[in-house]
Amino acid sequence: MTAVSDFFTFVAERWSVLSFLAYQHLSLVVQTLILATVLAIVVGVVASRTRWGANAAQAFSAIGLTVPSYALLGLLVGIVSIGVLPSVIALVFFGFLPILRNVVVGLNGVDPALIESARGMGMSRFSTLVRLELPLAWPVIMTGVRVSAQMLMGIAAIAAYALGPGLGGYIFSGISRMGGANATNAIVAGTVGILILAVILDVALNLLTRFTTSKGISRV
Amino acid sequence: MSETTSKAGERILLENITKRYPGQSTPAVDDITIEFPAGEIIMLVGPSGCGKTTTMKMINRLIEPTSGRILIGDEDVTDADPDQLRRRIGYVIQGAGLFPHFTVGDNIALVPRMLKWDKQRVTDRVDELLDLVGLDPDEYRDRYPRELSGGQQQRVGVARALAADPPVLLMDEPFGAVDPITRQRLQDELLRLQEELRKTIVFVTHDFDEAVKLGDRIAILQTGSQVVQYDTPEQILANPADEFVEGFVGRGAALKQLTLTRVRDIELHEAAVAHVGDDPHEAIAGARAIDREHVIVLDRNERPLRWMSLRELGRPGALQNVRRDSELESVSLGSTLNDALDEMLTSSHGVVVVTGRRNTYQGVVRVETVMEAMQDIQSAAAEAATVDTAGDPQA
Repeated sequence: MTAVSDFFTFVAERWSVLSFLAYQHLSLVVQTLILATVLAIVVGVVASRTRWGANAAQAFSAIGLTVPSYALLGLLVGIVSIGVLPSVIALVFFGFLPILRNVVVGLNGVDPALIESARGMGMSRFSTLVRLELPLAWPVIMTGVRVSAQMLMGIAAIAAYALGPGLGGYIFSGISRMGGANATNAIVAGTVGILILAVILDVALNLLTRFTTSKGISRV
Repeated sequence: MSETTSKAGERILLENITKRYPGQSTPAVDDITIEFPAGEIIMLVGPSGCGKTTTMKMINRLIEPTSGRILIGDEDVTDADPDQLRRRIGYVIQGAGLFPHFTVGDNIALVPRMLKWDKQRVTDRVDELLDLVGLDPDEYRDRYPRELSGGQQQRVGVARALAADPPVLLMDEPFGAVDPITRQRLQDELLRLQEELRKTIVFVTHDFDEAVKLGDRIAILQTGSQVVQYDTPEQILANPADEFVEGFVGRGAALKQLTLTRVRDIELHEAAVAHVGDDPHEAIAGARAIDREHVIVLDRNERPLRWMSLRELGRPGALQNVRRDSELESVSLGSTLNDALDEMLTSSHGVVVVTGRRNTYQGVVRVETVMEAMQDIQSAAAEAATVDTAGDPQA
C-alpha cells in the first residue's frame, strides 16, 4: 500500500514535468509518424509499379525491422551527434517500414479489372491512382500506420538515449539511479505514461481510419 | 421521366489492324479489316485466345495497335489522346467493374464529371439513367455496389457506360458472371435499350447463343483474329462458311432458330388488364367477359405489377396500393421464344407477360403459341433438308 500511495505522491508532485514530457513524447511520435506515412506512400507507389519493385520493398521492410533500434541510434549519434535529430531519423526509419509494406500490399490488392475499367473510362494514370487505388488500399495502409504508431511509442523511449525528448528520459534516469530514492517510481511513471499515450493514439487512429474510409468498403 | 434525345451510333472501321506482342512469333491480331455499321450490335465470337478481346480493346486503345488505322465516324482516332477518346466510348466489363468505394450515383457520374458537366446536369443524368436501366433512383442512387445483386451491378455498369451518351459502346463479356436467368433478363434489357438508343455496340462473347440472340451481325473469329464469317445470325445459321463455323454453331441449328424468333414476331394474346385505382368489380366483370381467371395489374406508367386472381380482386380495396411482384415472369418484345419458354416453365400461369419500351405492358405469350412456332420452324427445317437432298445427286 505504501509503495502505491508513494507512487501517486511522486506523480502528483512532478505532474507538470511529467505531462510536459508526455506531450513531447506524443508530439515526437505523431510528427515522425506523419513523415513516415508520406514517405512510405510515395516510395510504395513507385515501388508497386513493377513486380520487382514491390518485391524489393517487401524485402527491405522485413530486413529493416530486424535492425536493433539501439544499434541504429548508436550509429546515428556517431554521424549526426547527440540531440533530437538522431531520434527523429531513427523513428522515421522504423515507422516507415511497416507502412511501406502495407502500401505495397494494399495497392497490389486492388482488382486489376477495376483499374482497367477506370482507364477504359478515360481516367488518367494519376487520377486512377489518387481516386481509385489509394482509396481502396487506404484501410490496409492505415493498419500499417497503427502498427508503426505502437512501435514508435516504444522506440521513442529508447531514443531518449540520444537525448531526444519524451518520457524515455525518465525511464533512463530511473535505471541509472537504480536503488536510489524514487528510482523505481521514475521507471514506472515513464512506462505507464507511454502505455497510456499508446492507447490514446491507437484509438485516435482507429477513429481516423473510420472517418476516412468509404462506407462502401469498410468492414461493418 | 425525361426522354432526352441521345446521340446515335457511329460506324467503326478497323483498317489493316495488327497487334504484335514483343517476343511472340505470331501476332495476336493479324491484319484485320472490318467495319462495324452505325447503330448495330456487332458480336465478336470465337474460342478463347482468338484475339477477339484484343481486337475490341484496340478500339478504345486500351491496347495500342502495332499498325493499321482506326476510324470512328469519319475521324481517324489512331493517334487521338487516349483519355479523351475513352470518355467518348462506353466500356462495360464482366462483373461491371464498379468502384466499390463510390455510391451508385457517383459511379454513374464519373465520366460526366470528368467532362466537367455542371452539377445539376450530372444529377439529372444519373437519375435518368437509373430509370432507364430499371432501378428506382431514390432507392439506389446512394447505395454502394456491394449492397446490390450481381444483375443490378451489371445494370449500373451499363448506365455508367452510357452516362456521357457516347456513340459507341464496348462490352467485354459483360454478362458472363451472372446466373442464367439474370443473364437472360440483362440481355432482354440491352435489346430494349438499344431500340431506344441505336448505339454502335461491339460485344465480345464466347457464347454463340448469346451472339445469335443479341447480334445484328456476328463476326466469327479464329486464331489471330481472322474473320472466318461476318454476317447476320440468320445467314450464319443457315449457311455456315466452313467446318469451323459449323462446329461453333453446334448441332441442332434448326432448333437454334427458336432463339432467332422474337416475341414481337408472334401474335400476342390479350390478358385481362386492370390499373391501380380502378374499380375491382369492373375488373372482375372484364375478366369474366373474356373468360379469364387472372388479371394483370398495371401501374400508372403501364408497367405490370402482378397477377391477381378474381378471388383476390373480390377483397375490398384490392386495387389500392398494389405491391410489385419482384418475381413476376416477364420477357420483352426483343426476347427470343427460347427465353419466353424458359420463363413459362417457372411461371405458375402458363403465360408470360410481354413488356415493351420502359417496361410497358404489351400482352402475354402462351405456351401453345410457342409450341406452334416450334412446329412451324421444325417443319420448315425438315422441308429445307428434303430440298437439299433432292438437289444433291450424290446424296
